[in-house]
Amino acid sequence: MSPLFKAEGIVKRFGERVLFDAASLELETGNGYVLIGPNGSGKTTLLRVLAGLDSAQEGKLVYRAREAAAAGPYPEPWRREIVYAHQQPYLFRTSLADNVEYGLARRGMVRERRAALAAEALAWAGLAARHGVPPHRLSGGEKHRAALARAKVLNPVLLLLDEPTANLDGEARAQVLELVRALITESHTVLIATHDPEIIRLAILTRLRVSAQRIEVAE
Amino acid sequence: MDLLEPTRQAFALLFSGDRELWGIIWLSLWVSVAALALLAPLCVPLGFVVARIHFPGRRALVVAMQGFLSFPTVVVGLVLYLVLSRRGPLGAFELLFTPSAILIGYMVIALPILMVFTVAAVQGADSRIYETARCLGARPLRAMGTTLWEVRFAVTAGFVNAFGRVVSEVGCALLVGGNIAGLTRNIPTAIALETSKGEFAYGIALGFVLMVIAVGVNVALAWLQGEGGLE
Repeated sequence: MSPLFKAEGIVKRFGERVLFDAASLELETGNGYVLIGPNGSGKTTLLRVLAGLDSAQEGKLVYRAREAAAAGPYPEPWRREIVYAHQQPYLFRTSLADNVEYGLARRGMVRERRAALAAEALAWAGLAARHGVPPHRLSGGEKHRAALARAKVLNPVLLLLDEPTANLDGEARAQVLELVRALITESHTVLIATHDPEIIRLAILTRLRVSAQRIEVAE
Repeated sequence: MDLLEPTRQAFALLFSGDRELWGIIWLSLWVSVAALALLAPLCVPLGFVVARIHFPGRRALVVAMQGFLSFPTVVVGLVLYLVLSRRGPLGAFELLFTPSAILIGYMVIALPILMVFTVAAVQGADSRIYETARCLGARPLRAMGTTLWEVRFAVTAGFVNAFGRVVSEVGCALLVGGNIAGLTRNIPTAIALETSKGEFAYGIALGFVLMVIAVGVNVALAWLQGEGGLE
């Protein structure tokens, strides 16, 4: 069976600095992956290339057997199925519920259905009571959970999470960690870039290491 | 000079509903608002594109726009006069000394203001706004709209600034409008004329209205911004 998503021969340079030199990876449907490597090794850059936020100089992306050049335009239909969440999530200046509904609205869903799904997703993230609150009134942990709810509600085929527990500690980190675990155990294909040892240790995740400008499966 | 009597007369004029006086006020308002309304669909998206897309000459364009911010409006009026006058390239349209000529002048004056404010607002915006919108499935046009909505307070400040500049502008309106009573006489040109004639009451009345408009627009902006703008 062909993999859900494949990146082949990715070359990514920033000026003279080569971040990836013919790096490749394959993601199978329904599996969870964690991307590890030292700071500056290119974890975030790789996720951004896979999400179509940055382009690479060479290589190709293959999603569900459809190909796109990593240096060229990212196929628009892929954006409906591949969702990326930033390390520091940005929440639009509107209510939390509107934030969660945003992607659903872009998919043409009617208001009533959107509201119901958003309420469900916010409840999943433990934010049901905060649905009408503007984002600047949320704590850091709540923002991360809101971003996860906003991604989950879209039921993405491939979910790319960049350091979902970054800058969180104590209770806030534990809550986000629980949501990340829940996302991994559900049927989504998830790729997480992280330094968090608790996420890295999760047995159900395949560990991918960014090393020497390549990506390899770690032991 | 006695200021009290002309001031009393000014308020008497205002509250008497003087047709000519209110006609001048109306002209000033509608021409200023129309100029901005006509420019908005052009300048705001264009400002977004200039802010986000790298193309040859972009920096020169932004510098030129910034230079036009301090361009004397009377020179805009002079150039427009030459263009619209009978022998000018657009003379056939017979627009000189009409409200349309003032409208065009105001558009020329407001254009760089709206552009510069929009470019600055978008350049100063968090890059994650556009990216988040795209990652959640928004197409480029929708993601642009979302970004502009997120920076709406900064963009609106450009409109307030541009409105303040055109509604109080004298040089261009005088040259291309001709200050014709009942047709192209607006608040600033009327103040200049009436004061030169020694009709201070008229000037004070119109000056008062101009100040109320300026303060009113700023109060409206602050109210619209609400908590979001002060965040």
